[in-house]
Amino acid sequence: MAYILRFRKLFFLEPVNYSSSDQPKTDEKKSNETPNVESENQGAVSQVLEGNPKRKKQNKQPKEWRRMDSCCWIIGYMCTTWWLLLFLFHCLPGNLPGLKVPEPPGSRLKREGLTALHPIVLVPGIVTGGLELWEGKPCYDGLFRRRLWGGSFTEIFKRPTCWLEHLSLDNETGLDPPGIRIRAVPGLVAADYFAPGYFVWAILIENLARIGYEGKNMYMAAYDWRLSFQNTEIRDQTLSRLKSKIELMYVTNGNKKVVVVPHSMGVIYFLHFLKWVESPPPIGGGGGLGWCAKHIKAIMNIGPAFLGVPKAVSNILSAESKDVAFMRAMAPGLLDSEFLGFQTLEHVMRVSRTWDSIISLIPKGGETIWGNLDWSPEEGHVCDSAKKKYNNGKNENNSEGGTSFRVQELTKYGRIISFGKASSDLPSSHLPVLGSEEFVHGDSSPNSYSSCGNVWTEYNEMSQESIQKIAENKAYTVRTLLHLLHFIAPKMMKRAETHFSHGIADDLDDPKYNHYKYWSNPLETKLPDAPDMEIYCLYGVGIPTERSYVYKLSPPGRCKTIPLQIDSSAEGSDNGCLKGGVYFADGDESVPVLSAGFMCAKGWKGKTRFNPSGIATYIREYEHKPPASLLEGRGLESGAHVDIMGNVALIEDILRVAAGVSGAELGGDRIHSDIKKMSEKINIRL
Amino acid sequence: MLRRRKGSAAKKSQNSEPQLDENKEKNNNQLQEKSNLNAANLKGNVNCNSKSNSDEKLRKKWNCVDNCCWFVGCICSMWWFLLFLYNAMPASFPQYVTEAITGPMPDPPGVKLAKEGLTAKHPVVFVPGIVTGGLELWEGHSCAEGLFRKRLWGGSFGEIYKRPLCWVEHMSLDNETGLDPPGIKIRPVSGLVAADYFAPGYFVWAVLIANLARIGYEEKNMYMAAYDWRISFQNTEVRDQTLSRIKSNIELMVATSGGKKVVVVPHSMGVLYFLHFMKWVEAPTPMGGGGGSNWCADHIKAVMNIGGPFLGVPKIVSGLFSAEAKDIAVARAIAPGVLDMDVFGFQTLQHAMRMTRSWDSTMSMIPKGGDTVWGGLDWSPEEGHECNAKKPRNNIMQTAGPNGTVNSASATLVKYGRMLAFGKDVADLHSSEIERVDFRGVIKGNNLANTTCRDVWTEYQDMGIGSVKAVADYKVYTASSILDLLHFVAPKMMKRGDAHFSHGIADDLDDKKYEHYKYWSNALETKLPMAPDMEMFSMYGVGIPTERAYVYKFSPAAECYIPFKIDTAADGGDDGPCLKGGVYSVDGDETVPVLSAGFMCAKGWRGKTRFNPSGMRTYIREYNHASPATLLEGRGTQSVKALNLFDSILDDELRAALDLDDMPLIHVV
Repeated sequence: MAYILRFRKLFFLEPVNYSSSDQPKTDEKKSNETPNVESENQGAVSQVLEGNPKRKKQNKQPKEWRRMDSCCWIIGYMCTTWWLLLFLFHCLPGNLPGLKVPEPPGSRLKREGLTALHPIVLVPGIVTGGLELWEGKPCYDGLFRRRLWGGSFTEIFKRPTCWLEHLSLDNETGLDPPGIRIRAVPGLVAADYFAPGYFVWAILIENLARIGYEGKNMYMAAYDWRLSFQNTEIRDQTLSRLKSKIELMYVTNGNKKVVVVPHSMGVIYFLHFLKWVESPPPIGGGGGLGWCAKHIKAIMNIGPAFLGVPKAVSNILSAESKDVAFMRAMAPGLLDSEFLGFQTLEHVMRVSRTWDSIISLIPKGGETIWGNLDWSPEEGHVCDSAKKKYNNGKNENNSEGGTSFRVQELTKYGRIISFGKASSDLPSSHLPVLGSEEFVHGDSSPNSYSSCGNVWTEYNEMSQESIQKIAENKAYTVRTLLHLLHFIAPKMMKRAETHFSHGIADDLDDPKYNHYKYWSNPLETKLPDAPDMEIYCLYGVGIPTERSYVYKLSPPGRCKTIPLQIDSSAEGSDNGCLKGGVYFADGDESVPVLSAGFMCAKGWKGKTRFNPSGIATYIREYEHKPPASLLEGRGLESGAHVDIMGNVALIEDILRVAAGVSGAELGGDRIHSDIKKMSEKINIRL
Repeated sequence: MLRRRKGSAAKKSQNSEPQLDENKEKNNNQLQEKSNLNAANLKGNVNCNSKSNSDEKLRKKWNCVDNCCWFVGCICSMWWFLLFLYNAMPASFPQYVTEAITGPMPDPPGVKLAKEGLTAKHPVVFVPGIVTGGLELWEGHSCAEGLFRKRLWGGSFGEIYKRPLCWVEHMSLDNETGLDPPGIKIRPVSGLVAADYFAPGYFVWAVLIANLARIGYEEKNMYMAAYDWRISFQNTEVRDQTLSRIKSNIELMVATSGGKKVVVVPHSMGVLYFLHFMKWVEAPTPMGGGGGSNWCADHIKAVMNIGGPFLGVPKIVSGLFSAEAKDIAVARAIAPGVLDMDVFGFQTLQHAMRMTRSWDSTMSMIPKGGDTVWGGLDWSPEEGHECNAKKPRNNIMQTAGPNGTVNSASATLVKYGRMLAFGKDVADLHSSEIERVDFRGVIKGNNLANTTCRDVWTEYQDMGIGSVKAVADYKVYTASSILDLLHFVAPKMMKRGDAHFSHGIADDLDDKKYEHYKYWSNALETKLPMAPDMEMFSMYGVGIPTERAYVYKFSPAAECYIPFKIDTAADGGDDGPCLKGGVYSVDGDETVPVLSAGFMCAKGWRGKTRFNPSGMRTYIREYNHASPATLLEGRGTQSVKALNLFDSILDDELRAALDLDDMPLIHVV
């Protein structure tokens, strides 16, 4: 703002001189008119605005001028007022008593005597990291090292197609297309604010600084979140860099182990790192066994997407997950707006399908975790009382118990995709049994869509019949979903298969699990041998979170190349979990509790085969409370996926751990949701 | 505005056309009235109402406000419109315009070399100089609330204007320790953004970075070794572990780029900083980095020093002595008035002096090597330098033969060795004729009893009139006696300085004492690392008058002022064109004299010397200053002023980074 103002002033200087010579003339001219008019038409004060009634016909032009004038006048008036207000605002002392903000947790803890002890590594999630241009096509000349992602996003609006072209990756390799180099912004600025005023890490960083953290003991492990994890190392050596930074901080801070704070997808990125760093080169980092034990004190996963996010599925299928991470919050209309012509969704789909990282978020663990046609770990979740439930938690045993518990038909969350509302409720015996293996690529009739411009989505290569067939299958579980994706987006899945895996390991000692594609799946890797390490799962609960979808075939439009869409007319199952074609479960708005909490609650709890050294795990849930007033901004007790980074309790926990407190001293588990019950229902060999 | 006037004129004519004669007469009247009114307007522009009707008056007043608003509105909408156009304009538009006017521009060096087929090979490390690196706030007093992680140095400098005293307080360091004052943490900005632009539009490294990017460099093989340039070199390690960080980053880049050694590009004070680094990294822990004696040989391919003040900068003396070096590096270029302004009330210079004296790093640039290098009372290495013929000189070089008589007006040699002289006559007299009274023994008087000077603390206030006088009575100072002078004038600062820097010449480099870190940044008191394959470049601009020696005077004895001042009245006239405004100038790049920038590579390290035991090769590349041809060229691609040099060096820079060993040795002083 100040920038604009200054510029305006600069601009202003010149015309002011100009005006000083000019102003009298305008004045004089007006005053000239006035007596003239006055003599003819006495006493008509209003004439200045209304024009001279006598000369209406001849006066057309002057009248227009008047309109322009009043336009200018209004603008001028507003500008002046605005400046005045702005000036007053700047004169305002920073801490008016009325606007007193609650004391930040950092200051409070500092008074308690906490100081920086362990170096901190922050690992941002998908979407939140900034990306900047290093080499581009001619349409982006002059934007060298400007942010294309993050910041103000003005470039989208200026040159949308150019922007999309630059952000896409190569469809075959998943790396840069020729002639384009987009790189992650390094440093703390990479993800402190996603857009001006929309904080991601900024509040946490500020509070860390209050207890003594600074650039030398805080590191933002920014990476290009579009690439698959191993590719960030191949192309940018990001993992090597992270390793070297952690080693450096460990040494320069008096051999203090680091505390790692990954968020969202950063969680599985860091899982990948844990395996990578101890693996031998060339595919690994060659840190040797014991590297993690030596360098890492604790991993504090915020909003962890350990087992994937159902949202990613709808995103891949139909580009409809409007809020992958928090894009929706950021720019609600961005994806829906028509600025790309009528093919916004298609464009978005094409671009996001080139991003390998999205595939890392497809639900992992198959039907064992996410439930099958008839069963799911979340069944029995009651949506309409989701908020009340926690508050009543204690008196539930009392007489008030059964008030809102209309236990009837359970939502079949296991059917992650179903076609038509009916098929999402039917018992599985009534569903047509159709092996997904039966999908056949119809001779891809170079179909009628060829007139729809050059937007290429893989749907174009599918025939109408095969799409029909997809819909006939009615219901998909996580397992069959993978087949479906293979069918719908073969190229994407082919790239993905070399980088990610979504199953559950039978035998973790199988040498095949040394391949890097398993490293980011907690169900197919062992945690490092580091008994002193601690793993935290910190996430929000109490917000309805997308869990499964009701789809329909989209009406055949000429250029609607995405044949599937969420059936937003499907409303209201009995327990209120179905809204707008989406079944909701408990979570933090993006990640369901199941995905965020299962590993800490069961998969890694104690000594299991996934956690051979018995690393201690702690679950800290933060119940969502919407901001009390507008002044609070995005809330001090929010549990939403990104807003939780401003949650006071979460910040306090992180600060305490960074200052050397252990998980047990912190208070151990703090659970609000049904995660324990859910994980008990999941039958997995440990 | 024009349009509007035109419009109203048209309106009038239209109005009058279909109307009757009556109206025409009116029009004439109108014209007459107009002229009358014009006069009236000139007198009392606002009160333009001639009639006494009260309604009228009301409206009239409203009209004037109205006009104002209208005008503001006009400007605003115009501005918005232009802004919109500007934003809608493709980013490459300015280039088109430039090309349309000046003809096709030559390819930037990066593009040219990319066409030649060069691609990124060696990782590059940048070491910024003093002043150019950004500093941001991590912890501050209450007056700086809301500035967390905002730049206090670099960027727009908006805070200086808003809260000057607060700003000075935060930028100053502790007077005793040379580290952060309690409760304040200012830290360097990290990453390439630290010094790519010093202020919006004023590039430092940006052009070099952009060109490197064209041949394939990116974040992973470019590293900006940003450090807090206010504190002494060893303290950057003590406080921020900056040296360890540089070491680790270089090691990482060498490892990830397949064993390719790095090319280091230090600039200005960064040159000294990197000298310090090279000693530090091979020295054993805890004082050093423990890299072992082969570290430099294993990791560094070349050090390309840009405008390096190896032997110090005379400017810094006047800066420390009287805070008058208005243009330490770029401060002047970027904000000519900042230091002179009255933002701090009447004590700007005192505040500036107090602040800069708390910065240890300035002492690293006090001229080193004493009289041996910088000249004694009657001798100096530069004597015979022709000032008025300087600009042509370099160009004439080739044609000097036929021309024969080079203007030799200044037959009397300028005595550059006398870096400070009190009075112009003293600067010229033969040494035997000067009466000097030693100042060293003088006991500092009780202070001037000046409690009126508020809290501006400069050490001059502790000195007393007697000792100030004694300083002036010594008349003439050479590089070595300047050190004594500074010790006398600013004992606290020099005490800190002595712990971190040394300014002499070593007699025996194997002496144990030279293992102390305070010698590491002095090229004349350290050996270069044992790395025979390494290359040292010294690249600097020539052809710009550069401050070399000063004529001082007593300033009027007001209590709160700094008692010494450059005697701006001392002008050489035709006889001594080298003296202008109290400053003797020599050839250089505006900040660093050629002597300081070139001596080490020209002689000190040339071949196998005791300073360069492994005989690593040294190269000198000078760049002749040519002002930008048109305004459109901005700061000029041929300009060699301390900072602009980047541009002209680019080509060499890129080649070296690409491992082209065919750098010809063009011009050795």
